[in-house]
Amino acid sequence: MRTNRREFLYHLSLSCGSILLIPACAGNDSEWRFFSNEEARIIIAFAEQIIPSDNDPGATEANVVNFIDKQLTGPYARHRNEYRLGISGIVSSSEAVYNKYFCDLDRDTQRDFMEQMESGKLPEEFWKEINQRTFFNMLLDHSMQGFYGSPRHGGNKNYASYKMMKLDYPHVIGQNRYVSKCATEKLRDT
Amino acid sequence: MKNKHVNAVVIGAGAGGGVAAKELAFAGLSVVLFERGGWATYNDHDDDELISQRITVLGNAFGPDDIRHPRVAVNSDGSTQVLRASQGEYSNNAACVGSGTVSYGAMGWRFMEKDFKMKSTYGHVEGSTLDDWPITYHDLEPYYEKAEWEIGVSGKSGANPFEAPRKKEYPMPPFAYNKSANLLADAAIKLGLHPFPIPMLRNSVSYDGRPACYRMRSCVGFACPVNAKNGTHNTVIPRAIATGNCELRTNCQVAEIIIDEKGRATGVKYFDENNRGRIQKADIVIVAGAAIETARLLLNSKSNLFPDGAGNNNDWVGRNLQGHAYTGAFGLMNYDVYDDVGPGATLALSDFNHYNPGIVGGGVLCNEFTPMPYHFSKIRPPGAKRWGAEHKDFQRNQFKKLIQLIGPFQEIPNFESRVTVDTGIKDYWGIPVARLSGTRHNYDLTGCKFMSERAEEILKAAGAVYTWQSVGGRGRSGGQHQSGTARMGNDPKTSVTNRYGQVHDIDNLFIADGSLHVTNGGFNPVLTIMALGYWVSDYIIKNWNGSKFR
Repeated sequence: MRTNRREFLYHLSLSCGSILLIPACAGNDSEWRFFSNEEARIIIAFAEQIIPSDNDPGATEANVVNFIDKQLTGPYARHRNEYRLGISGIVSSSEAVYNKYFCDLDRDTQRDFMEQMESGKLPEEFWKEINQRTFFNMLLDHSMQGFYGSPRHGGNKNYASYKMMKLDYPHVIGQNRYVSKCATEKLRDT
Repeated sequence: MKNKHVNAVVIGAGAGGGVAAKELAFAGLSVVLFERGGWATYNDHDDDELISQRITVLGNAFGPDDIRHPRVAVNSDGSTQVLRASQGEYSNNAACVGSGTVSYGAMGWRFMEKDFKMKSTYGHVEGSTLDDWPITYHDLEPYYEKAEWEIGVSGKSGANPFEAPRKKEYPMPPFAYNKSANLLADAAIKLGLHPFPIPMLRNSVSYDGRPACYRMRSCVGFACPVNAKNGTHNTVIPRAIATGNCELRTNCQVAEIIIDEKGRATGVKYFDENNRGRIQKADIVIVAGAAIETARLLLNSKSNLFPDGAGNNNDWVGRNLQGHAYTGAFGLMNYDVYDDVGPGATLALSDFNHYNPGIVGGGVLCNEFTPMPYHFSKIRPPGAKRWGAEHKDFQRNQFKKLIQLIGPFQEIPNFESRVTVDTGIKDYWGIPVARLSGTRHNYDLTGCKFMSERAEEILKAAGAVYTWQSVGGRGRSGGQHQSGTARMGNDPKTSVTNRYGQVHDIDNLFIADGSLHVTNGGFNPVLTIMALGYWVSDYIIKNWNGSKFR
């Protein structure tokens, strides 16, 4: 009973919220729920720096942007405005500092840019409506959630992070304590 | 339709309220047990870390929801903020049948004798309301025993040389140490300390018709998928209902205790599951909503004789909000110590609960619960990279090398750490919400530093190649271990209830939760709250004459 009412109220609040935000929402050509394709590209590049791909999948392969996009039409609907302002802050700062679009910066320069943002050193004129460090920390936190949280929220594809940390997945109830190592390995490979 | 008059109303189906409902129902009283949430099960959340009780970034799996239950916090600069229920500062316990006992880590501690006599042991601490309880450990001992046997604790009597005297063995044998506990035990013994297995409200063997725990890693913060973790939701509450004397009403928000012109409680006003305003009349009202909601309900229950809220004529309701300042240290071994034996915490050291030179009180140290992957992404030594290749590498290579020793420092209560009600912000039903203000006593930081240093020494002795301290004790108190807001005492001028949880001047209004705690011990408080549920109920039953109280 609780769940039903909760869900009802939740959807109610979303439908109210979205009325205001329709003009700013993803356009018709977007592959995403909330982001425009360009916004998604920026978030993907950003998240990939937070959790880069190496021998194990990084943020892109684990679908971190899908997690964030999905939450922005769910519990994180309250952060929509911050994302819009923050993304535009990233674009403008990158243009001003490097004379380039953020996604077109090479990886090392992107990282350098993000280090400046983390310590609040990007030009303040582009961060009047949202604090650059606040937005950095939010993106950092949401990327970690998308990579290390449960796949049921749209990220951590195929339990990529669990696999990396050598944790059994999925968690087989009543069995985890007793499966042989061989069986565990087999489970990981499927 | 009007509700039928009942003998007792119990508000809050958690640790204290669940016990009280069962005791009164068994004594033949008709009982209505109110719970603002519903039933929570493992199937509602799976092993989903992001809505678990420890990490609530996407919401509270165990309630309350973010929409209907705001609170207000007063910041240190005097500004205020409205809090969602899933925000950390909210100090959530839970809102479901069983409350925190569904998803807790389930440590089943008895407090020590000195925990009830903090002032006579340590004297006055400047700026604090540190005091003795009006009852002793020995008053509560039989009720601890009852809680251990009726709800179910696994442990070993005598394993902890510092434990208070106990008459009966635990009903179940203790849990075996996991790998990190074995390492820490050896190190601790070499240092002259006294490690022992943590008493747990989980089944080490099949008990009460439910199976033994199979030691899953996602235990703390989650409901148990096989029902081997013991809370009030799977023990005393079902038993209360089975008597036929207790009706559990879920999804009901109690708004006010009705106090008549003679200063007696006549029942409660509440909103039922369809949000209709209703009245439930009763001979006795027992409040067990946990320290914050209990204080809020008392403060919202204004009457001619109690214009500032029930039991609040001396301005003590909502005062002395305490919790636990968690403190300790982390370490990294140079080999894997993670053995997937959940939930991770198995070993305790009670050497630092008292008798620390120059320190008031102290706390227990335990090898901590296993962090889930997202939680672990925040566990880093000072100065470590927070993102990028280095952070990912740490996550990949150090997770199984982590060794932890952490515990709750016994907070020094103070008058300004408090719950009031906000005059401006109301919840979904129009009821003024709880407003949290004040901070911990500044002594807590001193105590936490002391404990973290001890923890780091032990980790080093266990062979950790790199260690760092995590020092608690700052900021606002409360949290899941919230307590102290309706303190029991002998003097009505400096307490809210007498030694039996009976509100001063309102003979048929009782408190049966952690709000009663004068001090909160250096241990997880749930078994003490359960014991108080039995203690308060016992007094009510002894004074019940078959139709009326007294």
